[in-house]
Amino acid sequence: MKLHYEIPANDLTYAGEASSSVKKKLVQLGIDPALVKKAAVSMYEAEINAVIHGNGGFADVEVSSDRIIVTITDKGPGIPNIELAMQEGWSTASDEVREMGFGAGMGLPNIKRYTDKLDIDTQIGEGTKVTITVEFNKRL
Amino acid sequence: MAKYFHSVTLDESKCRGCTNCIKGCPTEAIRVRQEKARIINERCIDCGECIRICPYHAKKAITDDLSCIFDFKHKIAIPAPTLYSQFTPEYTRNMLLNALKKIGFDDVYEVARGAEFVTEATKKLLADKSIKKPLISSACPAVVRLIQVRFPNLIDHLVKLESPMEVAAKIAKKKAASEKQINLSDIGVFFITPCAAKATSVKAPYESKKSSVDGVISIKDIYLKMLACLDRLKEQEQLLQAGYEGIRWANSGGEGLAIGTDKFLAVDGIHNVITILEAVESEKIMGVDFIEALSCTGGCLGGPLNVENVYVAKTRIKKHVDDAKAMDKSDLLQDTYNDNIDWTEEIEYTPVMKLDDDFGKAMKKLEDLEKINDGLPGLDCGACGAPNCRALAEDIVRGMAQETDCIFKLREKLRDLSIQMQGLGNMPSYAVNDEHEDKSK
Repeated sequence: MKLHYEIPANDLTYAGEASSSVKKKLVQLGIDPALVKKAAVSMYEAEINAVIHGNGGFADVEVSSDRIIVTITDKGPGIPNIELAMQEGWSTASDEVREMGFGAGMGLPNIKRYTDKLDIDTQIGEGTKVTITVEFNKRL
Repeated sequence: MAKYFHSVTLDESKCRGCTNCIKGCPTEAIRVRQEKARIINERCIDCGECIRICPYHAKKAITDDLSCIFDFKHKIAIPAPTLYSQFTPEYTRNMLLNALKKIGFDDVYEVARGAEFVTEATKKLLADKSIKKPLISSACPAVVRLIQVRFPNLIDHLVKLESPMEVAAKIAKKKAASEKQINLSDIGVFFITPCAAKATSVKAPYESKKSSVDGVISIKDIYLKMLACLDRLKEQEQLLQAGYEGIRWANSGGEGLAIGTDKFLAVDGIHNVITILEAVESEKIMGVDFIEALSCTGGCLGGPLNVENVYVAKTRIKKHVDDAKAMDKSDLLQDTYNDNIDWTEEIEYTPVMKLDDDFGKAMKKLEDLEKINDGLPGLDCGACGAPNCRALAEDIVRGMAQETDCIFKLREKLRDLSIQMQGLGNMPSYAVNDEHEDKSK
């Protein structure tokens, strides 16, 4: 099953709707709750990143009996230093975003923690594509 | 006993098949079929939202009649602290307990005192570093059921301690048996309840095999009897057991305040509870060790079986809390209780939203559901009997409804049919016209 969602730019009020919709569908498919959580939390973080840093974009989701693959593509500035971005607590979020309780520098680290595979394809000035895989058959 | 017992039920004769209850149900557990509301048993969490919202009073809570207490030789009432908030301030808590006893009981024991024992045990769990935080209170049975059907990842966060009601019932029975030498089987303990969910939790408990409570009587059913006794109350015996911390449990935030941590979050109203639990499940809430979640707006003071408005009740319970604060603890009939109050049974996730046990079939159903949903008007009017268009699409793929249950789809279909019929009717005249036109040329 393939799903497609638009991610709005800089609008935190509706941020998280795509991951919340995917979560509901995984529950209806009867996926193990712990795996649903892994997929939903990591997709949420990637979605928020696209809202805050990436000028919005879109999410493509592919669900099969073995795994879920989420690809979040944004048209943002790109990530200059992935190693830094993967560090817990390191963030380039604006003060405004931080005041709303986001930008704690936990986005990418959390995604890594919750996924079985994380690919980041980033081009400076063009955008970032984050691909998240959660395996359904893997033993917890 | 049947697999699912629910206190919340429908009085068919009063139901008009309107959309009020289906729209307000937090677990989408109600459908209107053949002009009557139907409760989907495995989804209902007994929160009582439908009882509150039904304008025709067709939704009701099954509780026990006061007469059932006479099946027992020794009858003990255990009132929820909410009871005190239902009466005007001239009646002190001790007067209320005396009046409660007078309507037919041999003794009373305050559930607020049970709450104080639960508070002590919860403090120990909070201090235990090996236990997952945030802890989520299990005091509200509707919230426990909600977690069971919608938040399986939070089951391990529940405070797996018996409720103040169960603790109070156990103490009251033990006390009567030892002090008055009465056989346990002759003692009946009756909870005076503001809510339906408690009635369900007594008839179909999740924390143990059998509840220690023998019957559940609603506040509204005894309110007038108590008022009559209050007016005739001459002598009073001292019946107070609980301090202010136990009484405050009636109000939203009371349980959290009693625990004595700054890191607690109190949420009330079932839809707000869902929002918070979603945030907890996704780990979006930081720095909170304890979550007090109550299904009714205003906590138990807002229970559907109360007689007083929740905001009036809030003012009144405050007076009882203040009075208790001013009291000397030595004036209370305080006891000790050291028995284990851990749950003896576990609750398991009930995946009520799953479309099929077979993944392939579930996937097919989900794809069909999406397609059907895209074709529906998205007005969420409820006229089909489902709470929203998506729920109708879900019912269709489950084989419980059809597309033409949607009045817009039905209208479309009728229009298509009428065009087709018109077309059929027009066919011969087209031929005549064509002939006519040919001739004119």
